[in-house]
Amino acid sequence: MIKTDILIIGAGPTGLFAVFEAGLLQLKCHLIDALPQAGGQCSEIYPKKPIYDIPGFPEVLAGDLVDNLMEQIKPFQPGFTLGERAETIEKLDDGSFIVTTNKGTKHHAPIVAIAGGLGSFEPRKPLLENLEKYEDNGVAYMIKEPEIYRDKKVLIAGGGDSALDWSIFLADVAKEVTLVHRRNEFRGALDSVEKVQQLKNEGKINLMTPAEVVALKGKDQLEKVTVKNTSTSEETDVEVDNFIPLFGLSPKLGPISNWGLEIEKNAIKVNNSLDYQTNIPGIYAIGDVNTYPGKLKLILCGFHEATLMCQSAYQKIFPDKKYVMKYTTVGGVTGFDGSKKEAPKAVVKAID
Amino acid sequence: MIKPQIGMSDIKIKIIDRDGELHEVDAPTDMNMNLMEVVRSYELAPEGTIGICGGMAMCASCQCYVKSDHQLPEKSDDEEAMLAEAFFVEDNSRLGCQIHITEELDGLEVELAPEEP
Repeated sequence: MIKTDILIIGAGPTGLFAVFEAGLLQLKCHLIDALPQAGGQCSEIYPKKPIYDIPGFPEVLAGDLVDNLMEQIKPFQPGFTLGERAETIEKLDDGSFIVTTNKGTKHHAPIVAIAGGLGSFEPRKPLLENLEKYEDNGVAYMIKEPEIYRDKKVLIAGGGDSALDWSIFLADVAKEVTLVHRRNEFRGALDSVEKVQQLKNEGKINLMTPAEVVALKGKDQLEKVTVKNTSTSEETDVEVDNFIPLFGLSPKLGPISNWGLEIEKNAIKVNNSLDYQTNIPGIYAIGDVNTYPGKLKLILCGFHEATLMCQSAYQKIFPDKKYVMKYTTVGGVTGFDGSKKEAPKAVVKAID
Repeated sequence: MIKPQIGMSDIKIKIIDRDGELHEVDAPTDMNMNLMEVVRSYELAPEGTIGICGGMAMCASCQCYVKSDHQLPEKSDDEEAMLAEAFFVEDNSRLGCQIHITEELDGLEVELAPEEP
């Protein structure tokens, strides 16, 4: 069982920054996120988009902001459970919590901070008959371990960055890669589009456009998919081992909505006059996932809420300790890894 | 000088929500708003089910069907690409976040597309 001081659900910018503020208070954090990487929407949806309202940054790319935050929290050695969704929460007699993910990973902590943003990103699934039958029997929506596709026949459907990037990657791993999209035009990074064009010309990727997958066939495992050309209506059966639809993600509040928290407008109600705690003592909600009168869903607001949440968490964990707030300019930053960041000493020297 | 509540620059838009109810609302033409933001400001769809991507044409939660004859600006490449991937797309589908509120749209009538499964 993973044990920590503050269990943070959601590893987007708000969840990540909470690690820093907690670290200044010598509190350890562990983060859970349904995506296979940290950064939330910033790394998954719009890493290359510039953000103009992060204080101190006239312009910063969303992906760079995530990189900066990861650098900032590095001294506090946060743990990560990635690619798993928080499913259940159990309150123990001593007031602490055990949160279990959909893969069965258990986390124990006295404080839970939900930094879930818009909710966990779930794959948009194509409307196909029998799709559920083949899930994990040939159909996958996310690639965590590319090696499992070595020497397999893979069909990827989609027209965005994910579909392009994975087609490029698997062209060197899989036995056969087929890419299917409803249009001839792809929407993604220019060099990815060009690379796929090149691999298609070299015969390393079979491109089937404009087309869409209309049926899945196979006894117990997926064996074939039927691809229909959308302009000629001609249907072809393609033999595959795996079908990976990459149609984007859509956020859903998910299991969190059943945890007994007060939900309003698909967000978690919190006490914004004090510490962003929910109706359940010990559980906080920070960032886009919470709501209160006047709430603005801005990253900078998440940063502020994370800071106040950590103060309150400290008081709960150490009710007997009196906390003295030290500015980082005064006290520096002492990491759990032994690193120390502090201002260089001023020069005091006589002039003869 | 206090600006009046309903400005000269406001237009009237009819929006049929996902329960089939018709709403007639005033939308300002001088605030750089798009149709998705108008729908959100009047709370005509539950928070979290519309404008999920914030208005970047990266989801299709603001999809609507244009019922009136108004001439709208042509779809951008981004909007075309997003609608190609969406569900429940019809010939008169547009993304609300890509429709900017201008005086020419007075009397516009739209119906919100169903929420994606």
